[in-house]
Amino acid sequence: MIIAEGKPIKEILAMIEGYDKIIVAGCKGCVTVCSAGGEKEVGILASALRLARQTRGKALETKEITLERQCDTEYLEPLREIADHYPVVISLACGAGIQFLAEKFRKVPILPGVNTQFIGVTEEQGVWTERCQACGNCVLDRTGGICPVARCSKSLFNGPCGGSKSGKCEVDSQVDCGWQLIYDRMKELGQLDKLEEPMPIKDWSTSRDGGPRKRVREDLKI
Amino acid sequence: MKSGSRLEKLLAGGHFVVTGELGPPKGADVAVVEKKANLLKGNVDSINVTDNQTAIVRMSSIAVSALLIRMGLEPNMQMVCRDRNRIAMQSDIFGAYALGIRNILCLSGDHQKFGNHPTAKNVFDLDSIQLIQTVKKMRDEHKVLGGDEIEGAPQMFIGAAANPFADPFEYRVIRLGKKATAGVDFIQTQCIYDMDKFERFMKMVRDRGLHEKVFILAGVTPLKSVGMAKYMKEKVAGMEVPDEIIERMRKAGKEKAREEGLSICVEQIQRLRQVPGVHGIHLMAIEWEDAVHGIVERAGLLPRPEIL
Amino acid sequence: MEDFEPIVIAFCCHYCAYTAADLAGTMRLQYPSNVRIIRLPCTGKVDVRHLLEAFEKGADGVYVAGCMEGDCHFLKGNFRAKKRVAWAKKILEEVGIGGDRLEMYNMSAAMGPRFAEVAREMTEKIRKLGPNPAKKAERKAPSAEGKEIGKERHAQGVT
Repeated sequence: MIIAEGKPIKEILAMIEGYDKIIVAGCKGCVTVCSAGGEKEVGILASALRLARQTRGKALETKEITLERQCDTEYLEPLREIADHYPVVISLACGAGIQFLAEKFRKVPILPGVNTQFIGVTEEQGVWTERCQACGNCVLDRTGGICPVARCSKSLFNGPCGGSKSGKCEVDSQVDCGWQLIYDRMKELGQLDKLEEPMPIKDWSTSRDGGPRKRVREDLKI
Repeated sequence: MKSGSRLEKLLAGGHFVVTGELGPPKGADVAVVEKKANLLKGNVDSINVTDNQTAIVRMSSIAVSALLIRMGLEPNMQMVCRDRNRIAMQSDIFGAYALGIRNILCLSGDHQKFGNHPTAKNVFDLDSIQLIQTVKKMRDEHKVLGGDEIEGAPQMFIGAAANPFADPFEYRVIRLGKKATAGVDFIQTQCIYDMDKFERFMKMVRDRGLHEKVFILAGVTPLKSVGMAKYMKEKVAGMEVPDEIIERMRKAGKEKAREEGLSICVEQIQRLRQVPGVHGIHLMAIEWEDAVHGIVERAGLLPRPEIL
Repeated sequence: MEDFEPIVIAFCCHYCAYTAADLAGTMRLQYPSNVRIIRLPCTGKVDVRHLLEAFEKGADGVYVAGCMEGDCHFLKGNFRAKKRVAWAKKILEEVGIGGDRLEMYNMSAAMGPRFAEVAREMTEKIRKLGPNPAKKAERKAPSAEGKEIGKERHAQGVT
């Protein structure tokens, strides 16, 4: 799923400076699963913002709403009903959702209440780590199911580099060396020989480098 | 002859070579380069020029390499994958060759987190092995990666680094083999203090016949103090320093530390000359360039051979 | 500070802290009436939202009292509460209420005197800190919500 993290409250307060009424909009998708922008986080943020304003002797009217998803037009309807009555919306959805709201609600500024970070998994409750960089050309079949783009700090295709130490990356001793992981896995699978041939040079044009991407399924278009 | 460089000629002629290293200045001051180069002149066969090492911005390796050529010295231009994409790299390889540079080292590059611009974007369009393949394609097929013909193909002598001590140990030889497959001509290792482990590594290299495919130069760095020895052991990734060495440095005390460090270095060089498959040493006297002459002399490696 | 009587909310778990409060009562121990107890099955039920809301509704101080660590009737409820209290403290600090107005305490059911001690300790601490900054500022510019809170406090017999 997409992992995000709530922005610091001070940053959000600065963004809503001058507004007395705000909508705080959450999303029941990814950000709920990673506890960054679900119904609970919406409630906590709204409460915190109200308290912050109260300490300065000002009021803040907040409307809390959590949509099924913010990345599908149909699910935005509940917001459409109330958006006209508020001058600004803080969205706690991922960057995609926030932008979609901005596209569909043209008269209202949509502010980001979270920093969208990565595509990842829940390693354990409360801990999420990155797995995928959406490069558009998956090579997981050749690396034992471990991604060299996302899990190697240098996205090497023929790693590890000389900085790998005790299975950890030179960048951070808490971060696993992606290529150590790949090596161990390929060994487990009895596929070490696959690593003896240099992996070909990456075509980055399918990644962000090629420009904003689009996927179409003609058979599904109405 | 692939490049006709001094380094290549000496290696092909069976000489035990000595390469040195020069770290460019953190600015545009040419005098610093000249000073360091003069300390190495006559003591080494060719000089590595680092490329924004540890991600600290320094004078570019291509510029410093060109300065060395002007001074009548031979550079080994290092190129890392961190800062340039394939377009810039191939362009710089053309430029380097045009400026007279003949030896190129293809490296991954330290992560920018270590340097003075940790917020920079990194590139890593290619990795070091893919860069080796690229230089080889340019040299032997006269083509750039995209397939276009080259007008004046750069005939480079291709080098790379190897770290016998990084993890996973068993994989290091396989990775060296990959570099050989990719087309590397010579390898410089990370500085060695654990001779036993290095000899084990070289045995694995010989078992795979790699010593006949690539020229391996063993890295050595003289220790200045017990603090430096400990720092290298604990803080530098992929470095192994045996306790005996640390003990020797500690026992030497402040007064005799440098002397002991130099002695250890000379002993290491003498031992390395005996290891089959080692074709030379890469002497990295970090911020101690004036020690190079003494080391090379004591190790019996002077004078450096004349090329006819 | 003019006669400021703090309102302190205590979220107490049924199995330990609330029972300790009961015991304090039967032992006829004195503790300030500023402390209003809210009974929960376990402190693990407390959510960050409740803690923030208590301050929104006019509390000057809040504490969560649960079983001794390792003795939670529901095994780990009090550990969860501890973490949530720490999280809420950070938020309260960031919004200007002050993280020191919120605390976590642990006690066993037999610790009547400890319950009374904590109640006194917390009340005094809050008295020194003064009224909840959200309320104090409101007195300068009363909003509809502020009037609501004012009415509530008056109903509770506090001026």
